[in-house]
Amino acid sequence: MAISEKDVKHVGWLARLALNDAEIRKFTQQLGVILEHAGKIAGLDTENVPPTSHAIPLKNVLREDKLGVCLTPEAALLNAPEKENQAFVVPKIV
Amino acid sequence: MEYESVIGLEIHVELDTESKMFCNCSTRFGEEPNTQTCPVCLGLPGSLPVANEKAIEYVIKSGLAIGCDISLYSQFHRKNYFYPDMPKNYQISQYDLPLCINGHVDLDMDDYETRIGVTRIHLEEDTGKLIHVGGAGRIAGAEYSLVDFNRAGVPLMEIVSEPDIRTPEEAKVYAQKLRAILISLGVSDCSMEKGSMRVDANVSIRPKGSTEFGVKTELKNLNSFRSLQRALTYEIERQKKALEEGEVIVQETRHWDESKNRTSILRTKEYAHDYRYFPDPDLVPMQFDSSWIESLKAEIPELPDERKQRFIRRFGLPAHDANLLTATKAMGDFFEEAVSIYAGDPKAISNWILGDLSYYLNTENLEIDESAITPKHIVEMLKLIDNGTISGKIAKEIFPEMFETGKMPQAIVEERGMTQISGEDEIAKIIDTVLAENAAVVQEYREGKERAFGFLVGQAMRLTKGRANPQLVNKLLREKL
Repeated sequence: MAISEKDVKHVGWLARLALNDAEIRKFTQQLGVILEHAGKIAGLDTENVPPTSHAIPLKNVLREDKLGVCLTPEAALLNAPEKENQAFVVPKIV
Repeated sequence: MEYESVIGLEIHVELDTESKMFCNCSTRFGEEPNTQTCPVCLGLPGSLPVANEKAIEYVIKSGLAIGCDISLYSQFHRKNYFYPDMPKNYQISQYDLPLCINGHVDLDMDDYETRIGVTRIHLEEDTGKLIHVGGAGRIAGAEYSLVDFNRAGVPLMEIVSEPDIRTPEEAKVYAQKLRAILISLGVSDCSMEKGSMRVDANVSIRPKGSTEFGVKTELKNLNSFRSLQRALTYEIERQKKALEEGEVIVQETRHWDESKNRTSILRTKEYAHDYRYFPDPDLVPMQFDSSWIESLKAEIPELPDERKQRFIRRFGLPAHDANLLTATKAMGDFFEEAVSIYAGDPKAISNWILGDLSYYLNTENLEIDESAITPKHIVEMLKLIDNGTISGKIAKEIFPEMFETGKMPQAIVEERGMTQISGEDEIAKIIDTVLAENAAVVQEYREGKERAFGFLVGQAMRLTKGRANPQLVNKLLREKL
């Protein structure tokens, strides 16, 4: 297998996904197939091919340092499940 | 066993741009919560970040100022982690292609010089601000937290030093020097108070002479240069004691408590440092012309080291004075302004800035531009000394009032009736009194005891509460004896 159950569990935890044992087995198998497929590239000679981070031939898409219109606080908080003092409420962190 | 400490600093600096790193929202500090947000900095689906050219320019200028190699090809990565201060569950940062690498900052420690390497400078976005409710405002013990995203997305430059720093004093001088450089460049106001400059320190100790690194701890909440130095001093001692008692240093993050003068373990939610960096698909790579880099280099103004050399050359200051005067931009500006309105010796100005003024600034923990004393105060005071109105001693006496109230020296001297007595007749009378009251000492002097002379001068000064012109006292006393 291209990926172990332990790795799937770890990646699941990093993504905050609560995976049960059956799901871990299923995703280990499915992710394994995907990784094996992608792994075919490893068989090619990529010695002189630079790593590609973007498929489109674009560079330096930058903006001028200028102010634009922001949201009102009401709009910004519109979808917040809970708010207080014009701020987003989040559950206790530690 | 003799230990040496190994310190590296990570310094975060908010860049002084109008708008945020990837959107048009304002970067203004201190506004009402969530008044400076938009779909981009709130991480709403479908929004597209576009990088702020000015911020990139500022980072490159910073790199050039400290001798970095500038990457002609650079890009942004996503740093993935869950924490409520970022709405996207990732922070846009840089990974293996930072804008600047391999720089250095030279420190003049007065009795030796040392060079601190800078590993890299990269550009990222700042996070939002958390306000913890309950638990005395600390994260541990809070019931819940409030998030203000005004700061989320503000351009943030991270300057990572090599572990070249050996003492808490060097750490402080390094951070201060970087601050002076960045303020000179105009890329940030570097206010530790407002949090636009934040310093984290990594520190470990090892037996002197060893080349291996010990286990390090990371110190946070270093809100001033004083805290930085004190926290490191404390932590180094703590680690020494632990090792001597056979304990093991654990790699952890520790929180500096300024009021209790100690560090303690910072309880944060356990999360693996498994950030799974990957190139941000929304932000295409950057490629720079070396001619553009050259044009930025040409815009770099005079930096603290050059200013120091100019102070030595132009004003004839000792290197020690020039070094201290250029340690902050504000102090150098203060000195230059004073020199420009004073015809006398610049060294006299330097003496007062580095002496009494610095003493009172340190006592009150103020920066020079935060005090009531301006270059005009110092110069007016020096002129009063030069024209004989007051003595240097009186100047020292009026200094605290000047410092506290901002009153001009002339006014204080007049109010308190402290002008110098320079009339020959008046001083002659005083000397007569002194001689009459101290016949025995006069005798000693005549028998060749030179020290007796100093005593008699002292008596004359005492009688006039320090207001007698000391040169005149000396002259007339010699004549009469």
